Amino acid sequence: MAKRSHITLSVNGDEYETLCEPDQSLVDVLRNELELTGTKEGCSTGDCGACSIRLDGDLVCSCLVLGVEAEGKEIETIEGMAPSPDELHPLQTKFLEINGLQCGICTPGILVAAKALLEENPNPTETEIRFWLAGNLCRCTGYDKIIRSVQAAAEEMRKG
Amino acid sequence: MASILEESGFNPGADLKIVGTNPIKHDGLDKVMGRAKFGADAFLPGMLVGKILRSPHAHANIKSIDTSKAEALPGVKAVITSSDFPEKKAGTPPGDMTRNVMAREKALYDGHPVAAIAATSEKIAKKALKLIEVDYEILPHVIDPVEAMKPDAPILHDYLRTKGVEGAEDKQTNVTERMVTQLGDVDAGFEEADVIVERSYDSKPMHQGYIEPQGCIADYSEDGQIEVWCCTQAPFVYRDRLSAILDIDCNKINVQQSELGGGFGGKTGFYGEPLAIMLSKKASRAVKIVLSRIEVFRGTGPVSGTSYSIKMGCKKDGTITAASAEMIFQAGPYAGSMYFNAPNAMFTRYDLKNVDITAYEVLSNRQKVASFRAPCVPQIVFGVEGVVDEMARKIEMDPIDFRLKNACEDGHTTIYGDTWGPIGFIETLKQAKETDHYKTPVKEGEGRGISTGFWFNRGGETAASLNLAPDGTVTIATGTADVAGSRISISMMAAEELGIPVDQVRVKMVDTNSLGFNRVTAGSRTTFSVGMVIVDSARKCIAELRRRAAEIWDVPEDGVIFEDGMVRPASANVGDFEPMSIADICKKTTMSHGAISGHTEMNVTGAGPGFAVNIVDVKVDEKTGRTDVTRYTVVQDVGKAIHPDQVVGQIQGGAIQGVGWALNEEYIYGDDGRLQNAGFLDYRMPVASDVPMVDTVMVEVPNPAHPFGLRGVGEVPVVPTMAAVGNAIGDAIGIRPTSLPMSPPKVLDIIEEAKAEGVYKG
Repeated sequence: MAKRSHITLSVNGDEYETLCEPDQSLVDVLRNELELTGTKEGCSTGDCGACSIRLDGDLVCSCLVLGVEAEGKEIETIEGMAPSPDELHPLQTKFLEINGLQCGICTPGILVAAKALLEENPNPTETEIRFWLAGNLCRCTGYDKIIRSVQAAAEEMRKG
Repeated sequence: MASILEESGFNPGADLKIVGTNPIKHDGLDKVMGRAKFGADAFLPGMLVGKILRSPHAHANIKSIDTSKAEALPGVKAVITSSDFPEKKAGTPPGDMTRNVMAREKALYDGHPVAAIAATSEKIAKKALKLIEVDYEILPHVIDPVEAMKPDAPILHDYLRTKGVEGAEDKQTNVTERMVTQLGDVDAGFEEADVIVERSYDSKPMHQGYIEPQGCIADYSEDGQIEVWCCTQAPFVYRDRLSAILDIDCNKINVQQSELGGGFGGKTGFYGEPLAIMLSKKASRAVKIVLSRIEVFRGTGPVSGTSYSIKMGCKKDGTITAASAEMIFQAGPYAGSMYFNAPNAMFTRYDLKNVDITAYEVLSNRQKVASFRAPCVPQIVFGVEGVVDEMARKIEMDPIDFRLKNACEDGHTTIYGDTWGPIGFIETLKQAKETDHYKTPVKEGEGRGISTGFWFNRGGETAASLNLAPDGTVTIATGTADVAGSRISISMMAAEELGIPVDQVRVKMVDTNSLGFNRVTAGSRTTFSVGMVIVDSARKCIAELRRRAAEIWDVPEDGVIFEDGMVRPASANVGDFEPMSIADICKKTTMSHGAISGHTEMNVTGAGPGFAVNIVDVKVDEKTGRTDVTRYTVVQDVGKAIHPDQVVGQIQGGAIQGVGWALNEEYIYGDDGRLQNAGFLDYRMPVASDVPMVDTVMVEVPNPAHPFGLRGVGEVPVVPTMAAVGNAIGDAIGIRPTSLPMSPPKVLDIIEEAKAEGVYKG
C-alpha cells in the first residue's frame, strides 16, 4: 500500500504535523488524524457546509480540499473562533442569546461562514446574509433565528 | 405511578419566575465552541473502522456471499453477514428488524446492507468491501404503492397476508393491513350536503434530512458486556431492540447517547449499531460506523409515499356534513409506517358526525419507512385542507370562518375515543384572523393559502432522577434525548418548582444502565413527559426538605412550609425560626441523613392536543414553475411555552421543513429501482436564500394536566404546511396542485392546464 504523506499545517495558530492518505479530505484529517471534531462532516460533497473552515483566509468546505493541499497553510476552525478562553466571538454570543442553534450540528460551519461574511461585509442586508449562508444547510431552525443572530452580531461588531 | 401528579397542581394564576423566560441553554456553549460530541465525534483506543456493503438491486435473491478474499486482506479484522445474527422468524418485529439492518434471504431495496467489515483503516475497509462477492438473482421490483397493490405485482414476502380483510388468508400480497375507521352514516351525511368536493392526491417519500449522518461506536468485551455510543432519539428502545435481535440480555447492552445532530423521527430506529456490535464481537475491538450522506439517503428511512382520495360535503352555511377517504401508504419492505395516525388525525379538529376512512399499508422495494414529525399526517392533511379550502371557496365563505364554523370545542370526543379537556383550536383560528398577515391584502401576482393541523401530542414511559448536591445545586438524570433544547426546558421546570435560579440546575442524558425504561423522544412528548416526572421528583425533594427542617427545628412537619426556594415556619405559632434555603438544609444534613433525591417513573398521561393555523403567501414564476414563499405566519396553541424562543424555533423549523416537502423534496427512483438523488445537491432541502422569516403567534390555552400547562409543540408545525403552500399556489395560479412535491415541472403543467381552462391567474 502506498505510503502516507507527511503534512505540516497550522490550525488556529498551532502547528501540527500528521500523516494522511493522498486522497484523504482535509475534514477527515482534521477530525480523524488531529481529533479536532468541532468541524462536522454532513455530506462529503460540498453541499451542506457543515465542514466550513478558513484556508489561508478563504472560506472553503474542508470536505472538498485534500489534506495534502493544506501543507503549509493556515487553517481556522470553530475551535479557534473564541478570542480567549473567557471571551466568545460576538457571533457565538448572539447565536446563544437568540437561539440561533437547535441541535447544533450545523452551528460550527455556520459560525465560521458568518464570520467570513462579517469580515468582508460588516453591514450585510438580510438577503446578503441569506445568500452568503445558502451553502450551509440547517434542518432544525428554518434559518430565521440564524439570520437574526448574524444581524445582531454584525450590529454588535459595528459598535466595536 | 405517582399520586402527587394526579392533581397536577396547575395554577392558572401562578406567579412564574422562570417558566416563560429565555435563558441560554446549558448545552449551547459547547455547541458554539465546537466541543459538543455528536455520534461521529468519539474515539476509543484501538478502534476499528466499520463499513457496510449494500445491495445495488431493489429486489434480488441473495444466492451466496463469498467473503473469503475480504477476510484475507491484511488489516481486515472482521467480516459479517446475516449468518452472524441469530435467526428470527420473518414477518415478526425482530425478524423484520434484523433483516432490515442486514439482508437475509433477499435484498429488498437499493442500499439494503448485505455485509459489513471492520478494518484497521478506512482505506482498507473500503478496499475490502470490493472484495466481497455477492451472487444476486435479480427479481422484478415494485416501488409505487399503487402498483404494489395490483394482483400481478412482484411479491416481496411470500408469507404476507393482509390483516383486516376477510378471505385474504390464502392470498399472497404486499398489503400488510386494511384499516377502516367509521363514525355515523356518511351516505346520509353526503345526502345532506349542498356542496361535495372529491379529489385525488399523491405524495412521494421525503427524508428527515438531519445534517448529522448516523454514527456509532460499539465495544464488545469478552465477558459479554457491550458499550454502545450513538446518536439516537431512543437509547432505551435501541437497547431493547438490540437485545431482541441479538439474543443478549438488556443489562449487558449499555447505550449512551451522544449529542443528536437532528433526528425529526429518523433516529428512532437503528441501522449501524447492531452491525458494529457484531463486528466488535468478532474482532474483539471497538468498531465505529459512520454513515456517509449517500448511505443516509439509500439506507435509512424516508417517510411514506401516499396515494389517496378525499371526499367531503358541506351545507351552504359551511357545516361539514360528511367526510370520507381512501388512502394507500407506502412502507418500504417492512411494516412500520404508523399509517394509523392518519385516520385518527386527518380530520380531527373539525367536529364531524359522519366519517368513513379506509387505509392500506403497502410494502414496496424502497428503504424501510421511518418516522417523521407527525408520521403519516402532513401528507394527508395536504389533501384534506385542499378539499376544505375548495368547499369554502364554493360557498364563498372566508376560509378561516369556514374552519371556525366546524371547529371542535372543549370536551370534544374524538374519532379515536379520547375526550379532550380545554383545547385551543378556536382561539388559534381567531388569532390567525387578527394577524397583520391575514389583514393585509395579498400582493399583486401572489397567492395566499390557509391551512390547519392537529397532533395528538404524547406522553408515555418516562423515568428521571433529581439529585440535590451537598451545596444545594441540582443535577438531573434523564433517559430521553434532547432533540433541540429539552435540557434547558427541564432545568427551568425544576428550577421553578424548587424556587432556585436555573443556573443551579444541570441535566445530563445518562446511559441506559442508569435509569429505567424511557420511551423514544418522539411525538412531542419529551418536554411534557420529563416535565411531569421532574416536577414530581422535585416535590419529593421538597417533602424531604420539610421533614428535615422539622427535625432541625423540632416542630411537627405540618408546621413547615416550602415557598420561593425557602423552608419557613408555617406561621408565627410554630416558632421563630430563620428560614432555610435548600443549600442550608443540604449542607446541614447531607452528612447525617444522606443526600436528598427525588426519583420518579411514570407512564405519563394527559398530553394536551395541539393545533396550528398557517397563513402562507407565495409567488409562482410563470416561466419556470418555481414557487417562492414570500410570507409565512404560524399561529399555534402551545399550552404554555416553557422557553418561548425554543418553542418559536420548533415552529419555524417545522414550517420550513414542510416548505421543502411542499416544493422540492422527493425520492426519485430509476426504472432499475435505484435511488437517483442520494445527495443534497439533487435532493434539495431549503437553503437560507430560499425562504423568508417565519412569523409566529403562540396561543397559550393551558393544558391543566401539566403543572405548568404545557402542550407538546414539535409535531404540529409541519402538519398544515404543505396544504397551506398548496392552497396558496392554487390561489396564485388558478388550480390547486394535488401532487407532492409541487416542484417546478408539475406547477408548469398546472399553469398550462389553468390557461387551457381559462382559470389562470398570475
